Amino acid sequence: MTLRLPLGAAPDGRPLTVSEITATAREVLETAVPPLWVVGEVSGFKRHASGHWYFTLKDADAQLRCVMWRGDAARVKGVPEDGLQVFARGALTVYAKRGDLQFVARDILPTAEGGFYAALLERARANLEKDGLLDPARKRALPQFPRAVGVVTSPEGAAWRDIVAVVGRRWPLAELVLVGARVQGEDAPADLCRALALAGRLDGLDVLIVGRGGGSKEDLWAFNDERVARAVAASPVPVISAVGHETDVSLTDLVADARAATPTAAAEKAVPDRAELLRRLLAQQGTLGATAARRMELVRERLRGAAARMDRACARHVERGTARLRDALVRIAAAGARALEARRSEVARLAAKLDALSPLRVLERGYAVARDAGGRVLRRAGDFPPGLAFRLRLADGEVRARSEGSR
Amino acid sequence: MSASSLQEDLARLDAIVRALEADDLDLDRALALFEEGVERLRAARERLSAADLRLRQLREAADGSVRLDDVEG
Repeated sequence: MTLRLPLGAAPDGRPLTVSEITATAREVLETAVPPLWVVGEVSGFKRHASGHWYFTLKDADAQLRCVMWRGDAARVKGVPEDGLQVFARGALTVYAKRGDLQFVARDILPTAEGGFYAALLERARANLEKDGLLDPARKRALPQFPRAVGVVTSPEGAAWRDIVAVVGRRWPLAELVLVGARVQGEDAPADLCRALALAGRLDGLDVLIVGRGGGSKEDLWAFNDERVARAVAASPVPVISAVGHETDVSLTDLVADARAATPTAAAEKAVPDRAELLRRLLAQQGTLGATAARRMELVRERLRGAAARMDRACARHVERGTARLRDALVRIAAAGARALEARRSEVARLAAKLDALSPLRVLERGYAVARDAGGRVLRRAGDFPPGLAFRLRLADGEVRARSEGSR
Repeated sequence: MSASSLQEDLARLDAIVRALEADDLDLDRALALFEEGVERLRAARERLSAADLRLRQLREAADGSVRLDDVEG
């Protein structure tokens, strides 16, 4: 702290002016006292036409004059009313014109819902919201069938035991990876951040549960720490936040991808139920079998239909073929008959011709053939020396004869 | 065993059942799908019946590397 003037007198020993005093006091205050939070009851609240707010914070024994500049006032949700307990963040100064101690408030939070914790929580929430970390669109879907489930919690706590029990019962295919962290106490936020970052470095995690069992507001406080909330939001895998019992909502609940009322509920959210899945598979097997059977039946029907049609088609072809064959046979037979008839009349003609030439025919007309004993035909008169025995062949028989000589 | 292929099996099964339920499918394809469906069912059931819950603890080693140790339930 450096002062322009030694307290008590000006450098030249003259008395200090009022302005010098207030300026000195202001400098002392502004340099020596860092920005701070103050709690008190609002009174005399005035909103100036300029947009600045003027009010007094008081408690049973003291008052503090406050101002809030337009720009800061515009960011406050709602307007403080007289009688309201608030937290105000700001810095002390001196308002020289009046010689008043003055508090320049930058931020005001109502304390009505839960006191200082609520105020801090609201502040952290507002910061997270400003950075878009509460945007519902950020929320990632949880994996359907996780293989590795990370759990950031105390290795000694009930949460870990509950989660082991639930996952062991529902989804023992999984691997549970404990990332131990202190979940309460002053160093819990930093340790939770460390554990969350460590979990983020492990490849193959499918989902991460962060939380602890129920406790007092103070016990659960680490999960309302803005740093922890940001570490949850930064997780590379979806996070389920499970802090305390049914009614507690923590900051990590707001930034996590899913929220569960208890660690048990978180485990149920994280993994499916094997028994249920097996039932579903069984049902699917039934459907598969039924559709396959129905399809086979359809095919069988079509085959039967095709076979019947083929039968009919064949029968028609055979019918047609048979008719043609019959026709051909008839034609062939007719042709054969004609040929035979022609041959037959030819034979008859030849036969008639032969018949005319037949020696028997000649003999019948009264001629005879003479042959000697050797059967030689005797043609000339000279062939009949006297006394020659010969045979005469007539149409109806043979006569033995003897030559008396020729003339 | 891997969970992602279980997911694949289940998704594929759904698709197969849907395809079989639609009628515009030739027989060879239907039979192939049916066989695949049966195989996927078997694989999925096998995967589901496998294994006891494995518990491990993630720690950071002194050299800054991450280490997984088995722990008792």
